[in-house]
Amino acid sequence: MGKTLYEKIWDRHVVAQQPEQPDILYIDLHLVHEVTSPQAFDGLRQAGRNVRRPDRTLATMDHSIPTLNRDQPFEDEIAQKQVEALRKNCDDFGIKLFDLFHKQQGIVHIIAPELGLTQPGQTIVCGDSHTATHGAFGTLAFGIGTSEVEHVLATQTLKQSKSKTMAIEFQGELPTGASAKDLILALIGRYGHDFATGYTIEYRGEAIRKLSMEERMTVCNMSIEIGARAGMIAPDETTFAYLSGKSYVPEGKRWEQAQAEWNELFSDEDAVFDKVVEFDCGKVEPQVTWGTNPGMVVSVNGQVPALEDLSLEQRKIVESALAYMGLEPGVRIKDIEIDTVFIGSCTNGRIEDLREAAAVVNGYRIKQGIRALVVPGSQAVKAQAETENLDRIFKDAGFEWRDAGCSMCLGMNPDIAKPGDRVASTSNRNFEGRQGRQSRSHLVSPAMAAAAAITGHFTDVRDWPLRTGEGVTG
Amino acid sequence: MKALKTHTGTLMPLDRANIDTDAIIPKQFLKRIEKRGYGQFLFFDWRFNEDGTENEEFILNREPYRNATVLLTRDNFGCGSSREHAPWAIEDYGFRVILASSFADIFYNNCFKNGILPIQLPKEQIEELFSKVAAQPEYALTVDLESQEIRDSNGMTKHFEVDDYRKHMLLEGMDEISATIRHEEKIDTFEQQHRLYYSLQ
Repeated sequence: MGKTLYEKIWDRHVVAQQPEQPDILYIDLHLVHEVTSPQAFDGLRQAGRNVRRPDRTLATMDHSIPTLNRDQPFEDEIAQKQVEALRKNCDDFGIKLFDLFHKQQGIVHIIAPELGLTQPGQTIVCGDSHTATHGAFGTLAFGIGTSEVEHVLATQTLKQSKSKTMAIEFQGELPTGASAKDLILALIGRYGHDFATGYTIEYRGEAIRKLSMEERMTVCNMSIEIGARAGMIAPDETTFAYLSGKSYVPEGKRWEQAQAEWNELFSDEDAVFDKVVEFDCGKVEPQVTWGTNPGMVVSVNGQVPALEDLSLEQRKIVESALAYMGLEPGVRIKDIEIDTVFIGSCTNGRIEDLREAAAVVNGYRIKQGIRALVVPGSQAVKAQAETENLDRIFKDAGFEWRDAGCSMCLGMNPDIAKPGDRVASTSNRNFEGRQGRQSRSHLVSPAMAAAAAITGHFTDVRDWPLRTGEGVTG
Repeated sequence: MKALKTHTGTLMPLDRANIDTDAIIPKQFLKRIEKRGYGQFLFFDWRFNEDGTENEEFILNREPYRNATVLLTRDNFGCGSSREHAPWAIEDYGFRVILASSFADIFYNNCFKNGILPIQLPKEQIEELFSKVAAQPEYALTVDLESQEIRDSNGMTKHFEVDDYRKHMLLEGMDEISATIRHEEKIDTFEQQHRLYYSLQ
């Protein structure tokens, strides 16, 4: 019997197998950030242990750092201390750190791919549930807790049991005007927020093959939002083209050798998945979440659920979500007015996302009274956007143009939505209080967020009149 | 790590599905660099009003649930962020056992590293336990990890599943890193033959 991609990568990383115990799995790249690592480093110190492979560990600051006035001391002393702890830990243990002013600083899941550190066939972990992003390259990448961060620091391995495997076969073509974000949101909406708990997903099918690497990252990024700790896509020519020439990717003979190896990374035709799901993407429309988890989502032309059609159990869940969201059952999505817009995050903070949003914004101004932020996923994305004058488009329209970080995706830094604020957000979670206490999040694609910023309510971007001229006001 | 062999305690019924780790411990408390002291922030946005006073509506603030040590809840508990601050807060507050109809993967895994036993039970059994607490707020359970059973004083016994390794880890309070370090030679050997195509230094 053939092997799945997941099994191939797994088998290549087994250090030791013992009866009735999880395997000891080798970790090729460990990504570290300020929030989930300080207690792990303390643990090492208390036990008198060292970091086994600082050369396979990369640290950056992203979660709690400000995206404005970085040359000033932080307003938040506790966040300042956390960042200083990371500096000291990296210094003490010899770990490379992309500090606040480094030109490669950015969200951990944005910088590793853009540097070419994320490569097919690797195992990658990070104390962050969106680590699955790297699965877009045909890597096995998943989020871990701080105890496991310490385990990886000390041993460069993890004790892991194999998960079940799920193939999600996308059929048909993703229609024009629907983005990778819409695709993954529609999938989560169809199957629910915990559908893939216990599984590793492999996303397959022609629609996936046609996605760019950045779009694939958006899809894999939200695997955890359907319950899967990891989601992956087999590498192909698109993957190799993206990687070619990146800073940490080998050249010449080594590159050829690497490619030959990576070409073997696919699920064999006779491989058996524990579950196979088919999803027709031919009808996917722009999506907007209406509730308090990413599975509570509907097309922009749809409406918030009416309660009559629901089972008693479902009704309780929907009522509680709508009460929090301040929405009436049955309301049309397009009638929902927003007051805050956030474009960024590890889901949608890459250059293609900013181009997509800027195309919509170009020549317009955001609606009066709306607070709109663009937070590039990395300083490299920011620099690229500035080269393309995208920053001008955003600033002219009234958006704030910030430095890179996680920002309002989770509001650990000063970019917090206020109580009652209704946010059109390109991030990944619409949980209660996620972007700020009592704030209300609606997850959308970058183009949909941009359109909402201009009209003040959710608007179908497929009908959007693009303007190309400069200096036009909307 | 703290061991757990048996535990007896009253239940705190948290009647809600999909409780995420942002709800268990909001982000503003994730900036601390310590591992202890998160119990005071558990379920913070539900537990406290804007002005910092206790929200009397929230069940954890009511007697006798305030001192419960077994958390009873529903589907997909612990979904979302991988933050281990969530089990740290739960354990620090005083909970040792969580009963739910399902758990999110990362959270479930994190519990065992922090002396908390998460027990998955069929939906009907969870429903039954909610009814029992509703009828008798002081309702208590004994959880026996060795025999994989939960029992009450009325003679009810329920079996639960847990994989052997995690069970052993929790019974022993095992230090997983020390156990792995015993395989150091195997890691050395593996690294010598394992090819990677990047170098950070």
